[in-house]
Amino acid sequence: MLELQNLFFQVSDDNLSQKEIIRGLNLTFENPSLIAITGPNGGGKSTLARLIMGIERPTSGRILFNGQDITDMSIADRAKAGISFAFQQPVRFKGIKVRDLITLAAGNQVTLHDVCDYLSRVGLCARDYINRDVDASLSGGELKRIEIATIIARNTPLAVFDEPEAGIDLWSFSNLIKVFAEIQETKDKTLIIISHQERLLNIADEIIVIADGTVQARGKRSQILPELLRGTESCQRVRGSNF
Amino acid sequence: MDQIQKTLLEQVADLHEMPEGAYNIRSNGKTMERVTTAHIDILTKDDKQGIDILIRSGTKNESVHIPVILSQSGLTEMVYNDFFVGDDCDVTIVAGCGIHNSGDADSRHDGVHTFYIGKNSHVKYVEKHYGSGDGKGGRIMNPETVVELDENSFMEMETVQIKGVDSTRRSTSAKLKTGAKIIVTEKLMTHGSQTAETSFQVDLNGENSSANIISRSVARDDSSQLFLSKINGNNRCAGHSECDGIIMDNAKIGAIPEITANHPDAELIHEAAIGKIAGEQIIKLMTLGLTEEEAEAQIINGFLK
Repeated sequence: MLELQNLFFQVSDDNLSQKEIIRGLNLTFENPSLIAITGPNGGGKSTLARLIMGIERPTSGRILFNGQDITDMSIADRAKAGISFAFQQPVRFKGIKVRDLITLAAGNQVTLHDVCDYLSRVGLCARDYINRDVDASLSGGELKRIEIATIIARNTPLAVFDEPEAGIDLWSFSNLIKVFAEIQETKDKTLIIISHQERLLNIADEIIVIADGTVQARGKRSQILPELLRGTESCQRVRGSNF
Repeated sequence: MDQIQKTLLEQVADLHEMPEGAYNIRSNGKTMERVTTAHIDILTKDDKQGIDILIRSGTKNESVHIPVILSQSGLTEMVYNDFFVGDDCDVTIVAGCGIHNSGDADSRHDGVHTFYIGKNSHVKYVEKHYGSGDGKGGRIMNPETVVELDENSFMEMETVQIKGVDSTRRSTSAKLKTGAKIIVTEKLMTHGSQTAETSFQVDLNGENSSANIISRSVARDDSSQLFLSKINGNNRCAGHSECDGIIMDNAKIGAIPEITANHPDAELIHEAAIGKIAGEQIIKLMTLGLTEEEAEAQIINGFLK
């Protein structure tokens, strides 16, 4: 369904020298499943998510979605082709209401009942939220849940989530895991989730580790997660011996 | 009433037909229609252009519409409308001015609206400005609003100018007695080479009086805007002013908020923010399938809604 072919992404740093964020990355996502992408900070995970949505354009390489080359496609055209994207830091708008944003996400063909249903699924009481502005009056956790509700409303075959756990409280996080698990159960969508959270990795079908702009490891959760956790434990052991 | 006049009326007063309640429609310098009610009287001034609107004490849930329309190119007028609102009223007043200018001479409407609002009364005042016509002549409006709020009265003022007015200088001043409150919401959009200047002066004279002035504006093309607000806290009071401006193309927006506390218990705040539409806002809406232009329109519509 999604194929990333020999993808490179460079940026100019302060000294105007080129820095490679993504370096010759090849990845194929075939069947509907939940794939968690993890790895150290600065390794290129969020950039990869933004490249898939078209927010960033690769320096070279191709991106194919359902056999179609979307490398040069705009963000809006990719959205229409069936890709959705949840921001790590949800955007605030003065004057756009929760109801408006979800209606836009769903493509204007939703009833009030549908909007309420999407909000209920992310644990928000619709009555308290539909007429509120998506602005600074909402907390980080509320914004994040509304962001996830827009993705549910879009109902696309591919959804990319950039660190959905960032900035949310524990209660919201448990609820979030439940939402992902529910979508996963339908077995008709591919969810690519950038995450550092063990609880999220724990529900993934597959885990991909990205570091230094390349794929360091990829495999079933049962193969990769124990390795990752061992790495964490050994760090703790080292820290424990030193301090 | 011809089609142009009907369109202007619809734009400035949301009126498709004759309104309910009291009204006075002024068209091309003359009163075209007037209706009064048992509680609301409208009298033509003897000494100058304009009307007196008298609202009896205790009038509740009634409305007054006083739209002005100019469709004759080159017409210039100066009108004084005085509103005398008694005690314990709850009324809605809808004013507004629409100019259609298809000629080469400037059309101009200057209006001074003075409100004397009695004790414990609530007035909702809505004012819309609209210009149309493809003539070279300017469409100019200079409204001045003067408000005197008696004890525990409350005025909500909404002003909207979204389209077609070439030049406007709006001035609003208010004096508040004990427990009085005013909320002003201004929505403004300029385009082309239009200019707009709005200034507010609020004197919070009474104990526990309060003012909230909220201005949201969008300046496009080569237009320019200036927002001035001055709140004087002369007693234990609360004042807040907020100017939020979106700037596009080569437009210019200036904001000069001023707050002066002349009493130790005066609590005054001003906020002003001017900037382009945030790139992330456009990107977010594009990820929902909107084009860049659609995203921009959605953001501006929401901002000015």
